[in-house]
Amino acid sequence: MTAQAVSLLKKTPLNQAHKDNAAKMVDFFGWELPLYFESILKEHESVRTRCGIFDVSHMGRLKIEGPSALELLQKINTNDIAALKPGQALYSHMPNESGGIIDDLIVSCLDPEHYYAVVNASRIDADKEWIEKNNDHGVVITDQSPETAMIAVQGPVAEEILFRHLKFKEAKSLPRFGVTQAEILNCQALISRTGYTGEDGFEIVVSSQEATSLWSALISGGATACGLAARDTLRLEAGLLLYGQDMNEETSSLEANCAWLVKFGQDFIGKNALLSQKTRGLTRRLCGVKLMDKGVPRHGNEVFLGESQAGVLTSATFSPTLKTGIGLAYLPASVKAGQELFVLVHGRKIPAQAAPIQFYKGKIHA
Amino acid sequence: MPKNEECRYMKSHEWAYLDGTEALVGISDHAQKEITDIVFVEAPKLGRKVSSGESVATVESVKAAFDIYSPLSGEISAVNPEVSKDPAIVNKDPHGKGWLFRIKPSSKEELNALMDWKQYQEFLKTQKH
Repeated sequence: MTAQAVSLLKKTPLNQAHKDNAAKMVDFFGWELPLYFESILKEHESVRTRCGIFDVSHMGRLKIEGPSALELLQKINTNDIAALKPGQALYSHMPNESGGIIDDLIVSCLDPEHYYAVVNASRIDADKEWIEKNNDHGVVITDQSPETAMIAVQGPVAEEILFRHLKFKEAKSLPRFGVTQAEILNCQALISRTGYTGEDGFEIVVSSQEATSLWSALISGGATACGLAARDTLRLEAGLLLYGQDMNEETSSLEANCAWLVKFGQDFIGKNALLSQKTRGLTRRLCGVKLMDKGVPRHGNEVFLGESQAGVLTSATFSPTLKTGIGLAYLPASVKAGQELFVLVHGRKIPAQAAPIQFYKGKIHA
Repeated sequence: MPKNEECRYMKSHEWAYLDGTEALVGISDHAQKEITDIVFVEAPKLGRKVSSGESVATVESVKAAFDIYSPLSGEISAVNPEVSKDPAIVNKDPHGKGWLFRIKPSSKEELNALMDWKQYQEFLKTQKH
């Protein structure tokens, strides 16, 4: 990569802080972000046992406001946004007409006419276009991403660090998927008890100017700076999907093993397609794959059922917690957990097993 | 345990150290730092005949797989059983406990074609961006 190409990458408000901290930076969908600081394994372990922090400022943050905000959100989501009370958030899929996934997102209800959606960095433009296309009643959609930063504080000690070091009074009482506006370090923050690691934790949105002081305060409080590589191993162990790899516009929420996100009791775009897919029965479904022998599976490796190729790993890694290779693949829906598979790694067929998607069960439910 | 100065180096960061009739092979400290957390080493088969520059093993970190090339032609005469049990020793001690394999070289002349420690240090300087 040339120096010029690097300079064209988008930078988060924490970019300089990461470089000062000797981060190994990479291009992630056009953003220059830390892949890791010193050791992926240490970063991974810090989140499982103590607390790790991630710069997730690249993710899209959309304010969705107006008397018809709920109506719009309900129309474009598989999950039941109407069930949200102020101070609650939920995870959802935004499907297209044929049931394919345009994006996965977390929607928060701040008050009945004021919602907040966190979407994938790679999908901000596609999402905005889709939401506006379906915006018939003058809902105001504001992209807050450019003027804000977002930091994920994850791990069993996250609560203690927020309570003790950031003086966040609600740290202990905020429930899972709760969201609140609070003042920390003398600045306004939007804090939710959410994350992408399979551990307890919070995601904090502050103005761009406050990002570096918040990051430093968390480090002083004992948190470990973590990069995208640990974020990927953590989320995959926890069975959390990555948009663009494990799901896209060609896969449905049902195929992606996310039937629990689809609320057929309400009307939404793509409902008929998903309903007919449900009635017909699935031909393929996203399935966990666990290696039964040594080797490190990678994205793109072929998965075999006996002699025939049955799918491809959409995500895969060495699991630092399980100390074995794990991955996800779309496999025939008839495949059951425990069934024998093979994964082709460097030309070698490694014995594997079909497994539930959630490889690691922490103390919380994502 | 060979010292850095006693080894010969490839541009792909493997080292070789002549130990009697065999050569010990591993990866340099620079390489282990670049690779980071090593979680798996696929060693060559014992008795395999290899040529210098041939890919004979794989070292994998969490983030990627790296081919390991043989610095010499000859026959693989031993592989380090410890690195398959605990691959992290390649990070901790790349010139010592983290050696990868032994090779019975068909000719010792090939060693001279490799860089010595000083040349390798100069080479590393040219690799920095």
